[in-house]
Amino acid sequence: MLKGKVALVTGASRGIGAAIALELAARGADIAAVCRSGREAAEGVCAQCRERYGVRAEVFLCDVADGEAVKETVARVRAAFGTVHILVNNAGITRDGLIARMKEADFTDVLNTNLLGAFHMIRHCSGLFLRNREGCIINIASAAGLMGNAGQSNYAASKAGLIGLTKSVARELAPRGIRCNAVAPGFIRTDMTRDQENAPLLAGIPLGSMGEPEDVARAAAYLAEADYVTGAVLRVDGGLAM
Amino acid sequence: MYFDAIAKIVAERTGCSVADVKPESRFADLGIDSLDTVELLMNLEDVIGMEIELDQKVETVGALDRFIQSKQA
Repeated sequence: MLKGKVALVTGASRGIGAAIALELAARGADIAAVCRSGREAAEGVCAQCRERYGVRAEVFLCDVADGEAVKETVARVRAAFGTVHILVNNAGITRDGLIARMKEADFTDVLNTNLLGAFHMIRHCSGLFLRNREGCIINIASAAGLMGNAGQSNYAASKAGLIGLTKSVARELAPRGIRCNAVAPGFIRTDMTRDQENAPLLAGIPLGSMGEPEDVARAAAYLAEADYVTGAVLRVDGGLAM
Repeated sequence: MYFDAIAKIVAERTGCSVADVKPESRFADLGIDSLDTVELLMNLEDVIGMEIELDQKVETVGALDRFIQSKQA
């Protein structure tokens, strides 16, 4: 149970982030739903959290790639909810392309949101975690970060980076009871993978089907409650990256 | 001078007496590691109401005191 805990979830307006917000709310956590745009969708997610589960839930608009904006957002969340206990770094973008043709901006944009964004959030929430002597960070990585993916060198690099970040932060903050873990989803049915459901792709997945956002959300919720687990990378990929 | 504030926090943290904390005391010798130093700074920020960006290594209580004074100047 996560009753009385405050969970900050980035990229919470749709897809995996929305599912995680709802799953954590179902277990009793109050939700700070952070998103860059899509306020309306995020308001819908928060309304569901409140109505179905009776928790507090509010939307905070923020581009996680912007360090100053993240600092200010964490301060606003603290003012509204008192503190943060669970941080879920889920916000992520893709700019797919072959490496020989990839523009520098396609690489840096993806790194700035997916990896630097997580850094900013951890950086500015860590003070709260240290003060609380507890905290739980969950980074949403990807099977692409474990096994690579042609056409996604930028995305895979950002997700592999998240895994290194996860393990280092786990080691650094473990003495204060603060845990940091990653979830590595495979092909999950969201807007991001809308055009990817096809026979060759499914043939590469041992379980033979795409996953649902709720599959990832349940894994994140498990990590939020797993007091003796830190530095783990939990694959939720139908066996894709084993 | 933030020496007294630092000494008080160090004493609370380690259980030693405030009188045992000297300007030349090394954090390592007091049993304060780098993560403790970060926490100590956060506590100090609350006390003095100022944000402290620690961008260099400080090894002694006196050095930290001087560092914060230099940031305030």
